[in-house]
Amino acid sequence: MVAGAAGEDASPAVLLQNLVFRWPGRLRPVLDIPAFTARRGEQVFIAGPSGSGKSTLLGLVSGILVPSEGSVFVNGVRLNELGGARRDAFRGDHIGVVFQQFNLIPYLSVIENVLIPCRFSPLRSARAAAQAGSPLSAARTLLERLDMPPGLWNRTARQLSVGQQQRTAAARALIGSPSVLIADEPTSSLDAARRAGFLRLLLGECAASGATLLFVSHDPALAEAFSTAVVLPELNRAPGEDAA
Amino acid sequence: MTRLGYLVFLAAKSSWNRRGTLLLIVFSITLSTTLLLGIERVRTQMRESFVQAVSGTDLVIGARGGDMQLVLYAIFHLGGATNNMGYQSALEIAKKPEIAWSVPLSLGDTHQGFPVVATTENFFRYYRFRGDRQPAFARGKAFASVFEVVLGAEAAKKLGYALGHKLLLSHGSGGTRAAEHTDMPFVVCGILAATGTPVDRSLYISLAGMEAVHLNWRSGAPIPGLHITPEQATKFDLEPQSITALLVGLKKRSRVFALQQEIQAWKAEPLTGVMPGVALDRLWMMVDTGERALLFVSALVTVTGLAGLAAAILAGLGERRRELAVLRAAGARPADILILPACEALLLMGVGTVCGVAALMGLIAALGPMLAEKYGVFLHLSPPEAGERLMLGGILLAGFLAGLIPAFRAYRMSLSDGLTVSV
Repeated sequence: MVAGAAGEDASPAVLLQNLVFRWPGRLRPVLDIPAFTARRGEQVFIAGPSGSGKSTLLGLVSGILVPSEGSVFVNGVRLNELGGARRDAFRGDHIGVVFQQFNLIPYLSVIENVLIPCRFSPLRSARAAAQAGSPLSAARTLLERLDMPPGLWNRTARQLSVGQQQRTAAARALIGSPSVLIADEPTSSLDAARRAGFLRLLLGECAASGATLLFVSHDPALAEAFSTAVVLPELNRAPGEDAA
Repeated sequence: MTRLGYLVFLAAKSSWNRRGTLLLIVFSITLSTTLLLGIERVRTQMRESFVQAVSGTDLVIGARGGDMQLVLYAIFHLGGATNNMGYQSALEIAKKPEIAWSVPLSLGDTHQGFPVVATTENFFRYYRFRGDRQPAFARGKAFASVFEVVLGAEAAKKLGYALGHKLLLSHGSGGTRAAEHTDMPFVVCGILAATGTPVDRSLYISLAGMEAVHLNWRSGAPIPGLHITPEQATKFDLEPQSITALLVGLKKRSRVFALQQEIQAWKAEPLTGVMPGVALDRLWMMVDTGERALLFVSALVTVTGLAGLAAAILAGLGERRRELAVLRAAGARPADILILPACEALLLMGVGTVCGVAALMGLIAALGPMLAEKYGVFLHLSPPEAGERLMLGGILLAGFLAGLIPAFRAYRMSLSDGLTVSV
């Protein structure tokens, strides 16, 4: 892998060029984005109503989906050139993901959930070990900083509140310092009071690790906390009515 | 932890999480494993224990009738009694130059349900089982006088008799008091070491002893008012008129067909000479169809179990789409998602088959003595043999293949779902 290790690389964290995506068998594209850039360490808020193609965009950046036309660069690596297995490995190494809800494997404990990326990515495991001595202590450190008391660490996911689940998911996305963090409506299952707290912790940890954050939400009120805010329908030239 | 190790860990955790449902599946796999292996074991060890009991005998000679019946009755004490052959004929055959040894057997009496076999000291010297082994005395020695009895290992253990114990024989196979030879007790003079053949379950007396207890009997019933003491009995001529069968070993096995023809043409009475292996082969051919049908049915039961396994994992996948998407987001490849359900299937199969083997061992331990007693089939508590290991491998492989069905489903689901699952 080229990027990630070379922190001072001049290439942006995320770069989209002439990106077009259509679902197989469809003529009309869901996304048509001429250009989008996120610098290293930038915290980008992407606003858009549901159905504007937010999840599709995150799927493209994380290498789960491949664009029909154009390019997706992450850390200077053109993802569409990589084979499926390489893209999966790249995602495991360089990208952390937080979903809206049901982020955790229900039968694993909090600690085991946080450690999942280290199991699939030797690079993440090595970086976590370099930072904290071992992946396990890296997981503990992150959980502590995300306000997860040690008493919860050995519980399974279903014994946690929604807020605790989201903070565990954030710790998992952050372990081993991936260069890009993708958050897909991570606060929409939280109530207003917890929403602000979670956002503060997430932004703080991203800043601490230097990770680029792509934060997608339909709630424009959250945009204030971010250094950059874009509105997806403005970015996207594709007509949005029946986008997935 | 390696990647594969981690997937196995996940599969185990996930299965444990759904143990309520999966327990039933494991149970059905346990059941079909026990059934398949059990049938195979009874099949092979039945053959083995029959063949081993006659390993040194070239010809079983008796009165003409059913060949198979003669072998089964004379050696395995199974089935109905055959007609007797004249003792005079047996003596003449024994004198033939091609014959290395001969052992006369006379059956009919029992003690507490154990068959009593009247024979000569030749039995202890020449009878062979399991290749070239001969009966050995654990304690005591062969009978030397009319009223001495040698016990097989199992009989001695079950009856709890030691050397010097006195016992009475019963006439026929029944154990009723009226038919006991109350006048003439026998003294235990020897106990044989275990052989794993019907010998273990038998009591051995001399031909003269058998003759003595029947002195005051005619046509299967005691003569009323006639009592003969053991002391008086020994004064009679105790050479038997007839015996059940004569076991024969030849100096050269190649002479067996010639001797057999000679026996078939015996002038004094209609006799038959049976090669025990040939009779047993005929027996196996008869039971073969039944065994195959049983194996087929239990294979079907196994397939049903495997279908249940695939269905249970498949049904669980729906609720686990989210879980698979989370793993994908955290760096799992579609190949990992493929391996996960396959691992689960293999784990369940592994647990099921191990439980199946354990259940089989338990059943053999519990029912083995009964099978040996009733049917002369000796089952060993041994780990799976070559044929059974092959069967176990087949079951596991079939389980793995069944697991591929949910595995491919999960694989395709995770490819199409990606990170976005509508819950």
